[in-house]
Parts: sequence; C-alpha cells; structure tokens
Amino acid sequence: MEQLLSLLVKSIFVENLALAFFLGMCTFLALSKKISTAFGLGIAVIVVQGLTVPVNNLIYQHLLKEGALAWAGLPDVDLSFLGLISYIGVIAAMVQILEMFLDRFVPALYNALGIFLPLITVNCAILGGSLFMVERDYGFAESVTYGVGSGIGWALAITALAGVREKLKYSDVPDGLQGLGITFITVGLMSLGFMAFSGIQL
Amino acid sequence: MASQAWKVTTDPLFNNNPIALQILGICSALAVTSQLATSLLMCAALTAVVAFSNLFISMIRNYIPSSIRIIVQMTIIASLVIVVDQILKAFAYDLAKQLSVFVGLIITNCIVMGRAEAFAMKEPPGLSFLDGIGNGLGYSLILVVVGTIRELFGSGSLLGYQIMPLVKDGGWYVANGMMLLPPSAFFIIGFFIWALRAWKTEQVEKADYQIHQVHRTEVI
Repeated sequence: MEQLLSLLVKSIFVENLALAFFLGMCTFLALSKKISTAFGLGIAVIVVQGLTVPVNNLIYQHLLKEGALAWAGLPDVDLSFLGLISYIGVIAAMVQILEMFLDRFVPALYNALGIFLPLITVNCAILGGSLFMVERDYGFAESVTYGVGSGIGWALAITALAGVREKLKYSDVPDGLQGLGITFITVGLMSLGFMAFSGIQL
Repeated sequence: MASQAWKVTTDPLFNNNPIALQILGICSALAVTSQLATSLLMCAALTAVVAFSNLFISMIRNYIPSSIRIIVQMTIIASLVIVVDQILKAFAYDLAKQLSVFVGLIITNCIVMGRAEAFAMKEPPGLSFLDGIGNGLGYSLILVVVGTIRELFGSGSLLGYQIMPLVKDGGWYVANGMMLLPPSAFFIIGFFIWALRAWKTEQVEKADYQIHQVHRTEVI
C-alpha cells in the first residue's frame, strides 16, 4: 500500500509526464490558452490514461510478454514486437468506446469533453504512459496507480500553464517571442519549478 | 516539376518549420536532445518514418475510404515504427536503450500524422516522399541545433569527443549542469523560435491584447 502511494506521488509530481518527460507537448502547448479548455482536456486525459494503462498492462502481461502465452501451450513465443501496434489499437478503441458510452449515458460530460476525446488518441502522453508501464514492468495494481497518477500530473500541469498564459497575454512580450516563443520559456520555468520535487520519497 | 520538388523539400526547413511554426512533434524534440548522438539517431528514425509513411499512404490514397482513413494511416505508421524499432535494436542497441520509449512514440508524433493528413492524402507518391524528407530535415535541424548546444555546454563534448576539457579532468571548462536537465531544452527552442522569427518577420504571431498602441502602429 505504501509503495503504491509513493508511486502515485512520484507519477504526479516527480515524474510529471508533461514537465519532466515532455509528453503530450503538442496539445499541451496548443490548447492551454484558456483555463476551462485546459481543465476539460485534463479530466479527459485522467480518464483515458486511467483506463488504457491497466488494459495495456493486461494485454502485455498475458499475451505479448516473452513466455506469457504459456497458458495456451506456447511457452516459447515472444510477441513483444507487436507491442506498439496493439497499444495504439487499444488506445484508439478505448477512446472510441468511451466516447460512445458517454454519449449514451452521461451526455453532460460528453458535451463538455466531446471535442477533446478524439484528440487524445494521438496524444503522446497516453501512449507514453503505456510504454513506460511496459518498460518498468509494472504489475496490475501499480499500473492502475501509475495511469491515474500520471493523468493527474498532466492535468495539473496543463491547467497551471493555462492560468499563467491567461495572465501573460496582458504583458508586453517582444514581437519575435509572441505566442509560441514565450510559451516555451514559460514551460521551461515551470519545469524548473517542478524539478524541486525530485528526490522526494515517501 | 524540378523546382516544385525543390520547394517541397526545402520549404519545411525555415519557411514552414514543423516545430517552430506548425507546433508539431515537440515531445520527442525535447526529450532526446541531451546528447548529439541520440538526437541524430532520432532524426534519422523520424525522417525515415515520415518519408515512407508519406510514400505508402500517398500510393493508396485513392483506395482509402475517408471515414476510416485515420485508422489506416495509424496502422501503416505503427508498422513502419515497429520496423525502425527492430532495426535500431539490432544494430544500435545501446543508443536505442537510451532513447527508451521515444522510438515508439514516433507513432503519435504529430509530424507523421499531420503530413499524412495534410499532404500525402492529396499529392502523388514522389512529391509526398520528398515532403516527408523535407519535414524530417526541418525537424532534424532543430534537434541537431538543440542537441549540439546541450551536449557542448552541458558536458563539454560532441558525439562523446571532448571538445572543451572539464575542470574536473584538469581542463578549464566548468560544465553547465542545467543544460543536461529538461528545462534547458525549452529555453533553447524558445530562443531558436525568437531568432527565426526575428529573421522571418512574417511568422510573428499577433498579440491577443494590445498594450502600447503608440509603439506598434503596424499591427492589428
């Protein structure tokens, strides 16, 4: 239990997907102009990340890993090279299913998240989360924790950046830095701030 | 034809750079650049994937129903990335280990998807291939610049060869540790964009909110 808690804190703050690994940067920079948009996207990422990482974990542990097919009488088969294509397939399918589910049962949430859900398929943070899960060989409980934690970390980062950018538009930025340039420098400073968390152990 | 091919290949370098102007493919640009060698490997891998995915998607563009085009493109890209990943693991295992998940993340690199959608679905295979090479080079340009700066100032070496001898080895250069840390990549790209836009002023974005009307009469 303690170990999972420590993993949760680590994945939210210390190994923040956006600010320490630069994942999901494209959407991170493009959709952080308004707090409300950023927050909606953040929630969508938490949900999708919390679902896909555990599902991909099950696929990896029971189908693709070397020797994982022993239950089917094939102990020598190593399908790990199929990993990338299966993870992205799972992510695309999960996003689609989630979209249909929300549309049918929770229309309010669907209307709020609607436009962001399809974008999430090509968000590197989601695939990155699954790949880190595989690389570090997490168990099922750990993968659930990691999925939710890294999603929360990403949401936190994009909401914070949106807050900064909303204020930033009233400042006098040099012409060449206007827009993308100053955003990069802001994110750099935020990332420097998040580095203060490194080394924290629970 | 020749001039069009040249334009398609060189335009993404400065005039329509995928990272600095189109805001595509930034994730990996930041994460792999702490050394020049990993940056170069990443550039080669990405250029190969973009060029060939553009080529193949363009070849079958007339047969893809538009409702399922995304999943078809995704499958082609994912297969190409698997090929690249396996080749890297076979021939450059140590470097591939350092790139860790970022080779796999080429799948979701927006440059690949973006070019397939914006260019390869409309243009013939030859031109699409060149467009892929061009965008790969535009991406490589930034990665090489960032990688060079970070490795040179962060550890005083280039490609592992010591250029500036470090103080701890009896030389004169005190390594700038921040260059090896993630935030420096953001600063370098931010300043690169500033430099590029100071040169190509038509790329400057308009301000959302005008503060000094008097000083900036030319915009808005």
